[in-house]
Amino acid sequence: MELSTIHGLRDLLANREISAEELTNQALEKIEKIDDKIKAFVTVTKDEAIQVAREIDQKRSKGESLGPLAGIPMALKDNMCTEDIKTTCSSKILYNFIPPYSAKVYEKLLGAGSILLGKTNMDEFAMGSSTENSGFFPTCNPWDLNCVPGGSSGGSAAAVASGEAVFALGSDTGGSIRQPASFCGVVGLKPTYGAVSRYGLIAYASSLDQIGPFTRDVTDCALVMNAITGHDSFDSTSALVDYPDYTRFLVNDIKDMRIGIPREYFGEGIEPEVEAKIREAINKLEELGAVVEECSLPHTQYALPAYYIIAPAECSSNLARYDGVRYGLRVEDADDIVSMFSRTRDQGFGIEVKRRIMLGTYALSSGYYDAYYLKALKVRNLVKQDFDKAFEKFDCLITPTAPSVAFEFGSKADTIAMYKQDVCTIPINLAGIPALSLPYGLVNNMPVGLQFVGKAFGEGNLLRVAYTLEQNSDQTRLEPSLEGVK
Amino acid sequence: MGQYEAVIGLEVHVELKTKTKIFCGCPTEFGGEPNTHVCPICLGLPGVLPVLNKKVLEYAIKAGLAINCSIAEFSKFDRKNYFYPDLTKAFQTSQYDLPIAEHGHLDINVNGEIKRIGITRLHMEEDAGKLVHQGDTISSSFSSLADYNRAGVPLVEIVSEPDLRSAEEAKAYLEMLKAIIEYIDVSDVKMEQGSLRCDANISIRPVGSKELGTRTEVKNLNSFRSVQRAIEYEIQRQIDQVEEGERIIQETRTWDENKGVTLSLRSKEEAHDYRYFPEPDLTPLVISRDWVAELKNGLPELPEAKKARLIAEHGLPEYDAGVITSSRALAEFYDKTVCIHPDYKGVSNWIMVELLKLLNAENMEISEAKISPEGLAKMLTMIEKNIISGKIAKQVFEEMFNTGKDPEAIVKEKGLVQISDEGQINSIVEQVIANNPKSVEDFKAGKEKSIGFLVGQIMKETKGQANPGVVNKLLKDKLNEL
Repeated sequence: MELSTIHGLRDLLANREISAEELTNQALEKIEKIDDKIKAFVTVTKDEAIQVAREIDQKRSKGESLGPLAGIPMALKDNMCTEDIKTTCSSKILYNFIPPYSAKVYEKLLGAGSILLGKTNMDEFAMGSSTENSGFFPTCNPWDLNCVPGGSSGGSAAAVASGEAVFALGSDTGGSIRQPASFCGVVGLKPTYGAVSRYGLIAYASSLDQIGPFTRDVTDCALVMNAITGHDSFDSTSALVDYPDYTRFLVNDIKDMRIGIPREYFGEGIEPEVEAKIREAINKLEELGAVVEECSLPHTQYALPAYYIIAPAECSSNLARYDGVRYGLRVEDADDIVSMFSRTRDQGFGIEVKRRIMLGTYALSSGYYDAYYLKALKVRNLVKQDFDKAFEKFDCLITPTAPSVAFEFGSKADTIAMYKQDVCTIPINLAGIPALSLPYGLVNNMPVGLQFVGKAFGEGNLLRVAYTLEQNSDQTRLEPSLEGVK
Repeated sequence: MGQYEAVIGLEVHVELKTKTKIFCGCPTEFGGEPNTHVCPICLGLPGVLPVLNKKVLEYAIKAGLAINCSIAEFSKFDRKNYFYPDLTKAFQTSQYDLPIAEHGHLDINVNGEIKRIGITRLHMEEDAGKLVHQGDTISSSFSSLADYNRAGVPLVEIVSEPDLRSAEEAKAYLEMLKAIIEYIDVSDVKMEQGSLRCDANISIRPVGSKELGTRTEVKNLNSFRSVQRAIEYEIQRQIDQVEEGERIIQETRTWDENKGVTLSLRSKEEAHDYRYFPEPDLTPLVISRDWVAELKNGLPELPEAKKARLIAEHGLPEYDAGVITSSRALAEFYDKTVCIHPDYKGVSNWIMVELLKLLNAENMEISEAKISPEGLAKMLTMIEKNIISGKIAKQVFEEMFNTGKDPEAIVKEKGLVQISDEGQINSIVEQVIANNPKSVEDFKAGKEKSIGFLVGQIMKETKGQANPGVVNKLLKDKLNEL
């Protein structure tokens, strides 16, 4: 286990027990060996990865200063732009799109010395909770190939869980980091809105999208956070605050920490075995000195419907630019400009993307705006106020990350059933606050995720409580046997 | 027109002359090879985000203040969604319900009457790219080329109240607006380059009626002349329509400059639903009152105030003051000249008569002419010092206009110095008297007029260089001696 974390590998690399090139080759070999089964990657950047690894090894041998993630192989969800490397959002409409620029997070990770192994599969344009909506192919859960890895960042979660990548970045609009982290048994963090630059992240719903890390433990999560957070003048919504060294929150002590248990996140809709594991974790935290108390977030039930107005509304506008005029797919035999637009979009977008574009277009239409969009914004405000009030009293809240463990392919054919996957994660995006999913044990041999929710820029508390639990429990570090892929 | 009254409102787009675009660092410069002033941001590539150019906000506030608007304390950007290939994001980032400036006005002068025209709002937005259709017309072309150099160039849209009642008033409003924007130096306001664009909303109603008639929106007005012609045409078209018992249809029409008619473009039913909503990638704007006050204090004297001052303090006739202040460049030319040579009426006369005559003849802007205020001031001083006559000065002026040369140099080069030497003039006077006994007799007989003829002859002999005062005096002396 120690071998596949950033902090473990960092020492090996520093002591020259392994070179970046060797490490990268190991990762690439693993991808070659198992990814035809897992299907986490849309694009593998083998040659580029080896070249960057060699450069890092050379720098190290010359004694040059190296970034904090020097030589660590990683993967990026395929909605983050990578200069000269195909970036598709797992959509046919962008099947051939090669960006001429890089996302700010990618630049930061390159600056920190990490090595891009490739781009990971996702639900098309980040819309979905199972990666079944990928325009190319679904990704499998490394714990059970018959199950989904969650979504939309399913490829990133599966790549980290299977050991293909040491860490990965995903994006989270309504749970797209946390739910797949939960399903795949890895740590996933959705930072505070504005803490990580969205420049170069292909937008789904701009006011909700946020990039965050998938890692194999809490320490790595803090290390990646150090590399990717910070103000960016290219993103007007980027927060101008002091960003801490997140590793200073890796403290094995939660004595007197005040933890709230919002009752709306338990009971109906949550699988009893999952709830039992969450209760078990809560008891453990209490044992470790936390002060635990039940609380209420009364507007929780309105969060999901509000989300399905706001996110589609923004997506209907954000995805309008894929019209076949400048890049991406363009149908060949259109009669005129309007048919070129509509037929390109008809062929390029999948069913779920079309559904949300239609929903959002409707919600913003003249005569319906006040009843839907404006009302949803009001609900969003109420949801946010619920959290503000709770954080007057608590340092963090604990809920399940997802209502269930990973499910089998095709088992959530009903759209609403799929949407309900995000019932515990969506309110957090509406409020713009951070939440971390930590693995906590197995149910039916599949990982369960525990969600820690903090106030804006309160990532430190989440890392502290997760780290403490990790240090005092054998349920948080999970490794799939990978029997099915061997 | 008789029993009908026209109701007109103008929507004016002004391109701001910031160095860079509204949301990225690309240059705004006009021209350039297609798609050379572009970057991922103004091309709207997947993943890019806008960052507001603060200069755009500053210029918009200045413009708002100059047209007497109140500046919002809280403002925001919105997305205006529609599909068109010149729009890289398939939405235009604009302002919807919280524009930066509202409730303004400006005063126009039509036939000596001052009329106040209300301004509903001024808002910021980005320009779109330019499509070049391959073929004669848009409908017959089978492909189009897209140039995004203009995409993201900052604009302000200024919407007037429907307070205008004639094409003439509309033209006067547009001219005044152009002058104000020019004065505060936030745009080139050149219609031919597209930095000033105008759409007109036009309706008619029976005189005395308070209700508004159904309006049409007329687009594609590319010059002041076409604004006036199109409005005149459209008013008459609507009257004819109503007289024939037809109803006016709410629609967008386009002005065909060659045919001199407006043509239907699309009806209300075909109008877009723009699905405006707040731009989530930009944070709302909170405008500090101190900053607004600072910008207000920094505004230059505007045309109206300047005109009033030239009338009151410089004693210029109202008409002259109006013409001189109608363009910033002309007003600056006047200011600089009187600063060196404070003969207000003299300077004004030279600008009103000679300068405007030459500019109009050449169809030039004053900025393109070579003559400088320093040159004109120097020339006027030379007249005052009797170095040249007013008549000669016209030649000098034209030469300065064409070449920009120093007036002294011109006078020297062409030998145009005024002759004031009495001895030299006397001999010519004697010669002219000798050669024109008839006129001399006439004068003696009491025909005062004939002296004019003799003066003319003397000036002719001296190629206009003789000092008229000296000529008059010497001629009279000589005639009286006879």
